[in-house]
Amino acid sequence: MRASRPKVAIAAVAAAALAVAGCAESDREGSSGSSSKDTLVFGVAGDPKVLDPSFASDGESLRVARQVFETLVRPEEGGTKVSPGLAESWEPDAAGTTWTFKLRSGVKFHDGTDFNAEAVCVNFNRWYNAKGLMQSPDVTAYWQDIMGGYAANEDEKLGESLFKSCSATDPTTVALTFSRVSSKIPAALMLPSFSMHSPKALQDYDASNVSGSLDDIKYPAYATEHPTGTGPFKFKAWDVPNKTVTLERNEDYWGDKAKLKSLIFKTISDENARKQELRSGGIQGYDLVGPADVEPLKGEGFNVLTRPAFNILYLAINQKGNPKLADLKVRQALAHAINRQALVDSKLPPGAQVAVNFFPDTVEGWNGDVTKYEYDVEKAKSLLAEAGASNLTLRFHYPTEVTRPYMPNPKDLFELVSADLQAAGIKVEPIPLKWSPDYLNATTSGSAHDLHFLGWTGDYGDGYNFIGTFFDRQKDEWGFDNKALFDKFRQADTTPDQAAKVALYKELNADIMNFLPGVPISHSPPAIVFGKDVTGVKASPLTDERFATAEFKS
Amino acid sequence: MTIISGKKREKIDRLAELAAREEERGVSLWQDAFRRLRRNPAAIVGAVILAIFVLVAVVGPFFVPYGPTDTIGIREGVVRVGQGLIPGHSAEHWLGYDHQGRDVFSRMIVGARQTLLVGVVATLIGLAIGALIGGVAGAAAGLGGRWGRWVDTVLMRFIDMLLAMPSLLLAVSIAALLGPSLTTVMIAVGMVSVPVFARLLRGSMIAQSNSDYVLAATSLGVRKSKIALAHVLPNSLAPVIVQATLTLATAIIEAAALSFLGLGNPDSATPEWGVMLADAQQWIGIRPALAIYPAVAIIITALGFTLLGEAMREALDPKLRK
Amino acid sequence: MFRFIVRRLLQLIPTLFGLSILLFIWLRRLPGGPETAILGERGTPEMRAAIRRNLGLDEPTLIQYGRFVRRMIRLDLGTSISTKREVTTEFLQRFPGTVELTITAMVIAIGIGIPLGYLAARRRGRFLDHASVGGSLIGICTPVFFLAYILKAIFSENLGWFPSSGRQDPTIGATRITNFFVLDGLMTREWDAAADALMHLVLPGLALASIPLAIIVRITRASVLEVLNEDFVRTAEAKGLTENVVRRRHVLRNAMLPVATSIGLLTGGLLSGAVLTETVFAFSGIGAFLADAINQRDYPVLMGFIMIIAVVYVLVNLIVDLSYSLIDPRVRVR
Repeated sequence: MRASRPKVAIAAVAAAALAVAGCAESDREGSSGSSSKDTLVFGVAGDPKVLDPSFASDGESLRVARQVFETLVRPEEGGTKVSPGLAESWEPDAAGTTWTFKLRSGVKFHDGTDFNAEAVCVNFNRWYNAKGLMQSPDVTAYWQDIMGGYAANEDEKLGESLFKSCSATDPTTVALTFSRVSSKIPAALMLPSFSMHSPKALQDYDASNVSGSLDDIKYPAYATEHPTGTGPFKFKAWDVPNKTVTLERNEDYWGDKAKLKSLIFKTISDENARKQELRSGGIQGYDLVGPADVEPLKGEGFNVLTRPAFNILYLAINQKGNPKLADLKVRQALAHAINRQALVDSKLPPGAQVAVNFFPDTVEGWNGDVTKYEYDVEKAKSLLAEAGASNLTLRFHYPTEVTRPYMPNPKDLFELVSADLQAAGIKVEPIPLKWSPDYLNATTSGSAHDLHFLGWTGDYGDGYNFIGTFFDRQKDEWGFDNKALFDKFRQADTTPDQAAKVALYKELNADIMNFLPGVPISHSPPAIVFGKDVTGVKASPLTDERFATAEFKS
Repeated sequence: MTIISGKKREKIDRLAELAAREEERGVSLWQDAFRRLRRNPAAIVGAVILAIFVLVAVVGPFFVPYGPTDTIGIREGVVRVGQGLIPGHSAEHWLGYDHQGRDVFSRMIVGARQTLLVGVVATLIGLAIGALIGGVAGAAAGLGGRWGRWVDTVLMRFIDMLLAMPSLLLAVSIAALLGPSLTTVMIAVGMVSVPVFARLLRGSMIAQSNSDYVLAATSLGVRKSKIALAHVLPNSLAPVIVQATLTLATAIIEAAALSFLGLGNPDSATPEWGVMLADAQQWIGIRPALAIYPAVAIIITALGFTLLGEAMREALDPKLRK
Repeated sequence: MFRFIVRRLLQLIPTLFGLSILLFIWLRRLPGGPETAILGERGTPEMRAAIRRNLGLDEPTLIQYGRFVRRMIRLDLGTSISTKREVTTEFLQRFPGTVELTITAMVIAIGIGIPLGYLAARRRGRFLDHASVGGSLIGICTPVFFLAYILKAIFSENLGWFPSSGRQDPTIGATRITNFFVLDGLMTREWDAAADALMHLVLPGLALASIPLAIIVRITRASVLEVLNEDFVRTAEAKGLTENVVRRRHVLRNAMLPVATSIGLLTGGLLSGAVLTETVFAFSGIGAFLADAINQRDYPVLMGFIMIIAVVYVLVNLIVDLSYSLIDPRVRVR
């Protein structure tokens, strides 16, 4: 009798397991037929940090926000030009400081309330009147970056706010007044951080209450559980333990309704894991495709979309790091020593280009007629000799363990550039650092760095967002003080006339390439992939892909 | 990374005890063990693997056909990662190119030396620090009376804390502190094995302290510090040496794990198998062989160390002698 | 027994205190801070300074530590710097994943390891013995992340038997109660959700099980061999007891003691393997989250999680020690 006890137990467990499996089988069969063709699961590299884009600056939070929320103006589909969003048209006054937006009518927020001029003002005033921790640069990062300050600055280092006031003339007309003319308006208003939220939901869920004290900052419930916008998808659930965010179709959307019934973002941080999951069918698309995977995935029949390159990778030179680097000849020697074409050909995805300016040619103000520095080792050597720097040793920082859209594999790039420099007789002291936080820390502050890689992906289609960010004031990254250049930037920023502004950008690009604060290396097109039967998404240089148009081919 | 820390505790303590018992019988432990080792096929296989590995590591780099950093493939334009082009083996390049256009065969050979270096230095670091802590704790606990027990308790609490922290996270945080470099990898991997060595030596010394000859020496009035250094410590080393052999295997694997997390040795002039394996993950879709070569090399080498270490352990374990 | 437990729990307090001091100093000594990780390329020195001020990181370490201890006493672990959610919430959302994974790995390791080890010992020197000993050696010597990749390539990409990443198919839309997905599925009777969560556990479980499996096979084998040579087994055989009875009542039971010890300790140590496994399988647990937290310098998460892990580790060890006395009546806990 006793001998049979374990067997009985095993049989019972097996029976139970079979029963469970049986049930599951039938359930799955029932649901899969209907659900799989209108649900898209998309693999992303990281969890979103927050669902309220006002508080977000990371790509994954903004990706979700772009489906749920809309902005007054937005980039044209697949491009960077400012085009109508919630506003149908807009125009500045003669002084260029007050912009009047004509709003779309009949738009409703997900909670059923109306979108109107009043709501626009509520939103802008919410950001402008931020208090306490909401003024922290990690909370309202983009507002601070674009507007520069708040109604009542709590940190004396902050400047006067660019945004001054908002007035609703009638339900579909709103005027935004700015304290000065700026190149950022209206393009910067395309940023998802300037998305329109439902005033009712903002109030109900206490959206502006970023509470807590010192190392204990908490977001309000609105930012984590109740984002309420006007977009083609509504927020449904953020399943943190399963690393997924689920959105569902907004049936009351003012424009063309989304073709998908639900859209799920699933976090898979490892690049290989995303690729394997796509192949095994668990996801129907993913972002940040490795350059080496583009061709194989295409070959297998997946829809690989290449975004127009809207970024720049550069080799920064810090003139404070080594006194020799303040000599223009030495910087020119560096530019001549690097074989940028070979680097682009061998390491970057198809479609990548060698950079001539510090921004790509899709941005207005790009200038093909600047000083170019072709690959010429002999010239580099003679320039170094002229400058009396034949025996130069440079500390070269490069990041490990990171992939940026403009820089798929920094270690590989470093090895190539370093070999080029050594061929020109420059000694290289390699300093590998972890991207976050060591590398960023070391290269953007202090003066213990000579050379390093860094880059930028544009936020919106205006040249200032590139070159202005790099060179419009003295920065530890570059270590130079060039008053003439800084003044010209100020002039460009405050020129209201678009044509005049573009002309100034062209001049600036020529000046920069003569002064050569660093060596622009490449513009590389990031890729995004979708399943074999998924169509309708257009790749955007601003990573503003709209999943509302995605559908499954039958 | 390895998960053995826990099980080691039990094994360690037993091994220590057994070694002590062996000593009492008065047979020369080492001669006896060596005789047994020669008859064990596993030990011979392990030793042969290691002999080849060490030979390649020491001599190989002088005979490689290409420099380990020479990006021939890129210069010649045959390696174009962006287009998915990484040519495989050919008459000139026996194992083909890697993603940087370098000769994989040359890098494997040079990598053997780095891999051996990482394993040996990491083990020595772990052994030195662990033995210091364990030795002091063991001597104090076995011979130091009330005050000694207190020292022992404090040191062992510290070791317990190290054990409670997941070893990989310990290594990751050390790597974060020191920045990526070959030295960092060695220190991080070495630190992970500190608690193992410490517990092992302590256990072994306590077991020795209870043996008759210590009692005899104490009653003859020999100074306690002399007993600890001259008698207890040397007699407690056998299990530590066995453990060191096994740790060499795990050190190589742990170094690979660190590389996978992006914390490996970033200097391409000194390639290491773990880094090569981690780097290759990215190109596995185009050329899986880039991952398979270093992976197989790591497995075989680790196997060599483990076989030899296990055989040594068995040779020292009287219970398994029949 | 009761006094033993109380004493062990009291010992926990100074250990935790010491650990918190060491950790605190250690973390603050890491170069860089969370502000750089948060801001990325667009950070300016002023912005970084502002964030440090808001987080109170510009104060002396002692004052920061004092704040931490005051909160600790109220069992409040603070909020994560990067997600701005409470550390306790983060833990409760992620720890169940790691526990499920660990249990799966141990079930696989024990379920295969003990029978295999036993059979290897019974057929000592024959093919099965060599195969299982050799296999377990290779298991120990293979880097976990490489094994994981191969498992996925075979069973997920090519054969399509198991999903390759995550904890559950998000299209199921399962209900969450405890965040133990399998348990939740059973509790809510969402059978498909439970089964799906189980399927997601198979490959990461196998990868994580590789090392404990190898160790259990070898310990079981060694321990059974030892017991087979004991006098009482020979006595039992001589008494004419059937082989089955001898095996079950005498051999297995006595051989299980060292195996049980190692199982307890292996379970406590699985977390390290989980860091790699969770990364490769995009499995949401605390391993990968902690590794990220180090890169982000998310001090509250690191402090909080490691303190909780230390408590769990001590508790697991306590249970293991107690279980000795249950398995082997000769052992008395004092």
